[in-house]
Amino acid sequence: MRLSSINWFKFASPASFFPLAGHLARWFAVLAVPLAAAGLWLGLVVAPTDAQQGDAYRIIFIHVPAAWMSMFIYLVMAAWCALSLTLNARLSAMMAQALAPTGALFTVIALWTGALWGRPAWGTYWAWDARMTSELILLFLYLGYMALRHAIDEPRRADRASAVLALVGAVNVPIIYFSVKWWNTLHQGATVSLTAAPKMASIMLTAMLLMTFAAWFYAIAVAMVRVRAIILERERRTSWAGALAGAAR
Amino acid sequence: MSEAAAQPPIERGGWSGVAWALRRDLRLALRSKAELGVQLLFYVVVVSLFPLGVGADPMLLRALGPGVLWVAALLASLLSLPRLFAADFADGTLEQIALSPYPLPALISGKILAHWLTTGVPLAALSPLLALQFGLDGSELVALAAGLVLGTPTLSLLGAIGAALTLGLRAGGALLALLILPLYVPILIFGAGAVEASRVGLAAGGELSVLGAALLVAAIGAPLASAAAVRIALD
Amino acid sequence: MLEAHDLAARRGDAQLFSGVSLSLGPGTALFVRGPNGSGKTTLLRILAGTTQAAAGRVLWRGEQVGPFHPALRASAVFIGHAPALKDELTAEENLASLATLHGAPAERAAVLEALNAWSLSRQRALPARVLSQGQRRRVALARLWLLSRPLWLLDEPATALDDAGQVTLRDALAAHLAARGIAVIATHQDLPVASGAHQSLLLA
Repeated sequence: MRLSSINWFKFASPASFFPLAGHLARWFAVLAVPLAAAGLWLGLVVAPTDAQQGDAYRIIFIHVPAAWMSMFIYLVMAAWCALSLTLNARLSAMMAQALAPTGALFTVIALWTGALWGRPAWGTYWAWDARMTSELILLFLYLGYMALRHAIDEPRRADRASAVLALVGAVNVPIIYFSVKWWNTLHQGATVSLTAAPKMASIMLTAMLLMTFAAWFYAIAVAMVRVRAIILERERRTSWAGALAGAAR
Repeated sequence: MSEAAAQPPIERGGWSGVAWALRRDLRLALRSKAELGVQLLFYVVVVSLFPLGVGADPMLLRALGPGVLWVAALLASLLSLPRLFAADFADGTLEQIALSPYPLPALISGKILAHWLTTGVPLAALSPLLALQFGLDGSELVALAAGLVLGTPTLSLLGAIGAALTLGLRAGGALLALLILPLYVPILIFGAGAVEASRVGLAAGGELSVLGAALLVAAIGAPLASAAAVRIALD
Repeated sequence: MLEAHDLAARRGDAQLFSGVSLSLGPGTALFVRGPNGSGKTTLLRILAGTTQAAAGRVLWRGEQVGPFHPALRASAVFIGHAPALKDELTAEENLASLATLHGAPAERAAVLEALNAWSLSRQRALPARVLSQGQRRRVALARLWLLSRPLWLLDEPATALDDAGQVTLRDALAAHLAARGIAVIATHQDLPVASGAHQSLLLA
């Protein structure tokens, strides 16, 4: 079956997407596990101990993938939001809704592991460097999106309002990042950001890439599971959802 | 009385829309002066709280001054934002505004302009006076006032987006703060940065230019985003 | 001139109505009736263009119009439940302001004439805050006198109106229909219509 012959728009309806999401969730969850295992093994066991930071630096194998994913997921979320506004599609909005908590979680992990790394590396949990501060603001953007969704009862208004917010946020993310970077160079001479990481041996890079893919597949799997729950909740009055519930009983 | 055959032009020019909204909102603001006074008072009180919190050491206050004055200006702005749309939303006027033949972004721009004139301008005018409490002087005061004049319109513009998104919601004010404060960060950084630049003898032109550029971008983008948000809220 | 095909509306998860169609030519009035919560206001707001229908199309003068379409904004006047008056402005100022907003700036004389037609001459300089519900409703309806729009969308216009007010409304409606205008009126009470074709739509 050629790719172009599949009617992709069929999957734009929540009812048809529901079973596909279930399959995708399973595949990506299964793929994520060996990737994570390999990445962790390479990073925690195989990679050499750093001369300056000892073994404490190994937390970057979680910190960096989490930070990358937190930014990547926000962009994907904003893209789904743009789709939902232009196509007036419910499912796109549901995808954005499903991604937000995972993105926020990765942001929290990045901040937390960053603080844990900061303590042994340069003596303080929080050093107000440009990247960590921008990451914190990114967390506020995620939380703002989720809070706005939660505050609006009517689902369509919630979809559209939070989509506008996500897009405004996405436009502002580079502006905020560069302002914070400028602010940081102004106020602190020492760069305590990622450039203080040990020089990347290729094995460390491989480990980080593996962990990043693992995090990416995990994010997809979790988003699929979550979007299924969202679909069921929002479409609960339709006949297909009722049939599903009836069959399950 | 009504000639159904007569057709007015489909869409009216933008500037008339700005003018209508500006005149009306200014007139309304002048008839409820108490609200304006409260918000200015809030600014004064917040600024005065900081020395009480950190001690009256002149060196410390000089270091803190720009940041404190700017943060207080942000908070005072936030306080006044719900006023932008909430009253019109409640009495049905906002719906009529959205249904007007004038372009909605133009009408919203007029409202934001009126908001700035009654909020940002008094703040910017008062700030040098308050800055004296923190030991700022001469060129720093100029940089502070200029920064606020350039920055407060952007605060109103970005705030309008948040105000429109949170129309009629329960936790409106706090939610608005959560949504808008991250967007305010660049304005804060460059506004306070301008004062500090002039403190060390550098011209604050660079920072002020950034604020000016931000204002231009916001002046174009924010009314469009706010219009979209207003229509969503009216749905 | 005004047509709608298979309109459906939802509020939240509940379906309000579906399959609503209508076709109105010049000089026709449509009375929308139904119990509370049946979607009368929603239907009016879909026709006015503030609310998006869940399904179906609206056509004005043969052109499909979506929410906030410029053609609708120029041709329709929508008077909803809320009278859209600012408390701080006087009746006269409110009317003048709304007229300018809708692209038909009115001379002072015209505004006073409109207020007079709705028996509000003595209240013209009073702030809207002190007007009674019925008086506010009249000021809102006085807009119809100043704007020459072919399409009237009125949501329960007779609410809070006394007998004299209802007579004025009836006469205004009759004149509008006689001038080949169209009106869609949501009402749960019988509104006497002197002349002109009228249709009825019941939302169950």
